[in-house]
Amino acid sequence: MTYIAKPKVHHPSLQRNAIGLTRRDYEGAITTLCAGCGHDSITAAIIQAFWELSVPPHTVAKLSGIGCSSKTPAYFLREAHGFNAVHGRMPAIATGAGAANAGLMMIGVSGDGDSLSIGLGQLSHAIRRNVDILYLLENNGVYGLTKGQFSASADPGSTSKKGEVNTMEAIDGVLLALTLGATFVARSFSGDKAQLVPLIQAGLAHKGFAFIDIISPCVTFNDHEGSTKSYAYTREHQVEVVQADFIAPREAITSEQDAGTVKSVMLHDGSWVTLHKVADSYDPTDRDRAYAYIRERQKVNEVLTGLLYIASDSKDMAEQHELPDQPLAGLPFEQLCPGSAELEKLQARFR
Amino acid sequence: MSQINDFAFKIATANGTGSASANGLIMQAIFRMGVPVTGKNVFPSNIQGLPTWYEIRVSKDGYTARTPHFDLMAALNPATYATDVAEVRSGGWLLHDSTWPLDETLKRPDVTYLGVPLAEMCNAAFKGVRERILMKNIACAGALAALLGMDTGIIKGLTREKFSKKPALLDSNAKAIALGFDYATAHFDCPLPIRLEPMDETKDSILIDGNTAAGLGAVYAGATVGAWYPITPSTSLMEAFKGFCQKYRRDEATKRNRYAIIQAEDELAAIGMVIGASWAGARAFTPTSGPGISLMNEFIGLAYYAEVPAVLFDVQRAGPSTGMPTRTQQCDLLLCAYASHGDTRHICLYPADPREAFEMAVHAFDLAERFQTPVFVLSDLDIGMNDWMVPKLAWDDGYRPDRGKVLSAAELDQAKRFYRYLDVDGDGIPQRTLPGVHPKGAYFTRGSGHNKYGAYTEDADEYEEVMERLARKIQSAAKAVPAPVVRKAAAPTTLGLITVGGCHAACMEAIDVMAKDGIALDYLRVRGFPFGDEVHEFVRQHDVTFVVEQNRDAQLRSLLMLETGAGVAAFESVRYYAGFPMSAHHVIAGVKAKLERAA
Repeated sequence: MTYIAKPKVHHPSLQRNAIGLTRRDYEGAITTLCAGCGHDSITAAIIQAFWELSVPPHTVAKLSGIGCSSKTPAYFLREAHGFNAVHGRMPAIATGAGAANAGLMMIGVSGDGDSLSIGLGQLSHAIRRNVDILYLLENNGVYGLTKGQFSASADPGSTSKKGEVNTMEAIDGVLLALTLGATFVARSFSGDKAQLVPLIQAGLAHKGFAFIDIISPCVTFNDHEGSTKSYAYTREHQVEVVQADFIAPREAITSEQDAGTVKSVMLHDGSWVTLHKVADSYDPTDRDRAYAYIRERQKVNEVLTGLLYIASDSKDMAEQHELPDQPLAGLPFEQLCPGSAELEKLQARFR
Repeated sequence: MSQINDFAFKIATANGTGSASANGLIMQAIFRMGVPVTGKNVFPSNIQGLPTWYEIRVSKDGYTARTPHFDLMAALNPATYATDVAEVRSGGWLLHDSTWPLDETLKRPDVTYLGVPLAEMCNAAFKGVRERILMKNIACAGALAALLGMDTGIIKGLTREKFSKKPALLDSNAKAIALGFDYATAHFDCPLPIRLEPMDETKDSILIDGNTAAGLGAVYAGATVGAWYPITPSTSLMEAFKGFCQKYRRDEATKRNRYAIIQAEDELAAIGMVIGASWAGARAFTPTSGPGISLMNEFIGLAYYAEVPAVLFDVQRAGPSTGMPTRTQQCDLLLCAYASHGDTRHICLYPADPREAFEMAVHAFDLAERFQTPVFVLSDLDIGMNDWMVPKLAWDDGYRPDRGKVLSAAELDQAKRFYRYLDVDGDGIPQRTLPGVHPKGAYFTRGSGHNKYGAYTEDADEYEEVMERLARKIQSAAKAVPAPVVRKAAAPTTLGLITVGGCHAACMEAIDVMAKDGIALDYLRVRGFPFGDEVHEFVRQHDVTFVVEQNRDAQLRSLLMLETGAGVAAFESVRYYAGFPMSAHHVIAGVKAKLERAA
């Protein structure tokens, strides 16, 4: 059995958010992933992020492809519609859903196999279209459900559990997203919830394609020495270059702003993301310099994390298509069908 | 012997020389004379330079099938002279550009040659290479007008309408028509024995291609999301949809569109977008052709199993593989009926002409939403891209989309609980909810094993229960798809003929011809899949049923055998699949050959 319903019993003392819901109201079924799986930590961060934002769960659509990561939407927001697409093809479902109902808040969860191999094309084109979705790539460098093959994000020189050495270059989701014109690019670590929660919140508020590559160690097949996606390796090599704080629209910005190291960017819904630059020379609003800096630090085996790039003034897919405020799916038929008189008139053209 | 309003002619040119506008002018002029006419564009997979032909059949009796017997050939492409000369019937006419002498080897004693110095006249009358080339085709149309006895007033009216906003073009076109018309009148005995006389047979008809009609149908059905990857011969369907949406769905005041057309990165993405949009509550569709359907297979299975509506237009072209992209075939009948791995079966609609393409486009969206499943509209290149004369399209303003069992927020509020795949009222169709509407409506859409409550399962009984219901659901659509068209022979007969789609025109004509020869055939044209009771009964009622179709492997016959349980002896297969539309003579020859063998 891989589906276990979670009992919905609330302890009366559980803290409630602005719409009166507890954290439990943002949970889903009990996870069936391995104990200690990085993905479960990400699920916990997602739950906390949505709870803190007081989003009504049913206004969210959660989508995924196929693989361990893609199972996780079952484990959060039980009152949100979910869509488990075919392998690597969640972006197309999200694109269609976004066109039909631009008002849906969409979160997509994918993995490195789903996104960087079979689904590389769809991911690329969803980025290019700037579909309004928060897209999480739960990156463990390995195929878990089929028991331990390298994925496209495995670093050259890293070894599999059985000792094989990967000889090919890795496809880096962050560099890919920057190259393709993504408007929100972040990297994080499943073991760093404090960093992850505000990134998720900012990604949800961002209008357009928000991409977060999250190193999420696979405890069963890729947590050994020789792996560059293990807990130990990531803890040792992670360098937070930009720490992002998310500030909801209704809250005032209270934190002290040091002009040299802090930058505030207003998002489309009026919320703010405050970026604390840990590295002095880094500019998260300069795509080319961000790319160059990440590449440079990769050469010395640093895994840069944080909100690495943001462009808050881009047009998302719905705006590019000039869609009305009311979702296409909800438009009354009278506004869609030209009617018989018009058909009669039109047919003069065909005589 | 004169042939009034009953002849065929063909215009041979090169791609990219502007011949389409001249051909359209001739077709429309004949149509406006009230004479039934059809045109078949035979074109290469090329933008410029390769040979292209346009075949026009004039039939006072209203026969619209292609005929391969040409009374007149306008041979304007030296590259194809030899084959074009050979195709003229004995006693026929050949119009050629006499600017240059015709090679003696191309002369046939049984053909009358009509030399018109088109290039010479156009070079003298027009400036610039482009205009000289374009106007040669128009001048040829002028010569044909004189030779065939077209109404010059109608031609003038048509050019005025077409170029009302481009006076320079109007002048050149009028001049070119006059050049050809006057030359033919002065040098030949006009009109020829094959000629036109005004009739009153087209006033309730239009000339339209199936892709335009289907695109218009999608607009009238209220489709708001179209996702596609360009592919011949379906491209013009989305272009038509786009054009109509720009006309009817654009709010200039707010600068907003009541539609979204997404050009996908491939067909896999296109169908994914359609499924995503339908899941979110929009009417969504994708136009494609065989190669696209091949790519979409995995997602089609998901939509079938997860029960998400989707409308797919398959404008069929000759396969397999890339095949012949600009030639027609009915080669995806089996592919669409059972597309995707695992046990699947799909609702298919088979239009026979552009009018049905319009009607079935609308019907397809209703069926997709009512049965919560992919629905295929299988047209083909001949229907999709050629201009057909069909009765005017009609629209009932009382029509409202059948959205199926979609629960509203109010209904969900009242409901105790909602289970996505529960057969609540015994018809095999579960209730559906849309995302973002109500907390009680949430469920997980998945292509993995699920039970009737929508939960993941690997349990044998739970899995089978859902699969059995799905089989029942699709079978029940047999009563909802368009009923077959049946025409009984004048006298009782044990012989039947079943066909599909665009073969209709050829079959009707062939049956009329064979009736005169004493061969009586009852006729049935399937219009939907799964087949309804009428189809099963028709096969049972006849000793032998001829199955006429355009593919090598007798796919319709296979479908009939699989679905009716009738054995191979119950059928005789008649096929023509070389890439051109079926002609009556193919049907007649096929049926007669089988009958002679049996005798």
